[in-house]
Amino acid sequence: MNIAFFYALTGVGLFTLGVYALIVYTHLLRKILAINVMGSGVFLVLVALAARTQNAPDPVPHAMVITGIVVAISATALALALMLRLRDASNHIELPDESVE
Amino acid sequence: MTLLQWTFDIVLGLTLLWLAFRALTSEDLFKGIVLFIAFGLLMALAWVRLNAPDIALAEAAIGAGLTGALLLAALAKLESATTETSATVKDENAEGLNSKSSEAQSHD
Amino acid sequence: MTKHINKQILFRLLLVLLLSVLAVGLGYSVLSLPLEASGLSARVTENLDASGVSHPVTAVLLNFRAYDTLLEMAVLLLALLGVWSLGDMHEHRESAPGVVLDMLSRLLIPLFVLVAGYLLWIGANAPGGAFQAGSVLAAAGVLMLLTGWRPSVWFMGLPLRITLVFGLVAFVTAAVMVQLAGWRMLEFPLSVAGALILLIEAAATLSIGITLAALFLGSRPPTDQATGKRTGPGAKK
Repeated sequence: MNIAFFYALTGVGLFTLGVYALIVYTHLLRKILAINVMGSGVFLVLVALAARTQNAPDPVPHAMVITGIVVAISATALALALMLRLRDASNHIELPDESVE
Repeated sequence: MTLLQWTFDIVLGLTLLWLAFRALTSEDLFKGIVLFIAFGLLMALAWVRLNAPDIALAEAAIGAGLTGALLLAALAKLESATTETSATVKDENAEGLNSKSSEAQSHD
Repeated sequence: MTKHINKQILFRLLLVLLLSVLAVGLGYSVLSLPLEASGLSARVTENLDASGVSHPVTAVLLNFRAYDTLLEMAVLLLALLGVWSLGDMHEHRESAPGVVLDMLSRLLIPLFVLVAGYLLWIGANAPGGAFQAGSVLAAAGVLMLLTGWRPSVWFMGLPLRITLVFGLVAFVTAAVMVQLAGWRMLEFPLSVAGALILLIEAAATLSIGITLAALFLGSRPPTDQATGKRTGPGAKK
């Protein structure tokens, strides 16, 4: 197994960590952090699989990941604005915990 | 692949996972965001190791720098409004078993 | 109460179990991919001479997949529209920055502009390009905003909006003009491809920098729409 697969597995681990934190935590800012970690994991998988070539890496996933990073920060900015607005409107920063009733 | 390169990559990968875990599960949100910025910078290192220097530049500037600034600004707005309105919005780590009871506390 | 605690522990364990299954499944599907795969790198290298730049990632971003980049700049604008439609317009209280911030910002901001210009220029044949340069410009903008500075009220009206859409408009104009001149949309002819890509990247750098800095600011800059003067206390200039 060459090193690209190790990074791909790290990406899978990051994605799973992000999903866990997204589901478990009720604080909205933590959820936004979790989504960013998930995004980073996905990008790592993409670029790691693109590095499997003989000499130069495949540039198309690189371009997609650069686009993805910019889209991720736009989504994060919008999500943060939504979170602040939600807190102003409802005075709660956590989603109600309805998992156990 | 020399042993040194393998060691570096394995240490980097494990550090990324550990940093992400600590950033997501930290009690203090400020500490979590700072750890997230560090995580972004280490991701830039990982991009360099994967022969993706363009992504490393973009990640260091956007992923670590600008996202960190956005998150810290949002956290500051959250906490300033909290002290203004004097409502206790507790930053709760959901690992605790009393998340529901403390949420009942913050409801009044 | 104990029943509630047990249920929560049970749900947590179930979640960990399901996520482990997900992780194992994803890991297995990743590991079952072939060890060597060249993907599209061969195709890109073949057509690199026809793209106008000599760096493969820039060629892919600005020529082969230019449509994605165009839509991405639209996404940036949309996010800014969303943020502006949500926030209220805060009045900004001027406050002097501390000594360290003052000195560092004076040193660093010209450096940021220089680095952004270099990254933009070098993007044609080395790692760099519009997004990297734009994000460094945005970092300069964020640093300026952190010192308490706000652009003059005159700038916050129409000029700000023009700078924001400049990149997208330049890209769309290039795409449409190429189509009107006889080729397909976004198919840059070899003779002008290099220059066209550089122009588009320059416009995009400006737009990306200003959009990201405006996203950091968070709320729509306060202007009085009718008179162009800032209303309320704390208005300056």
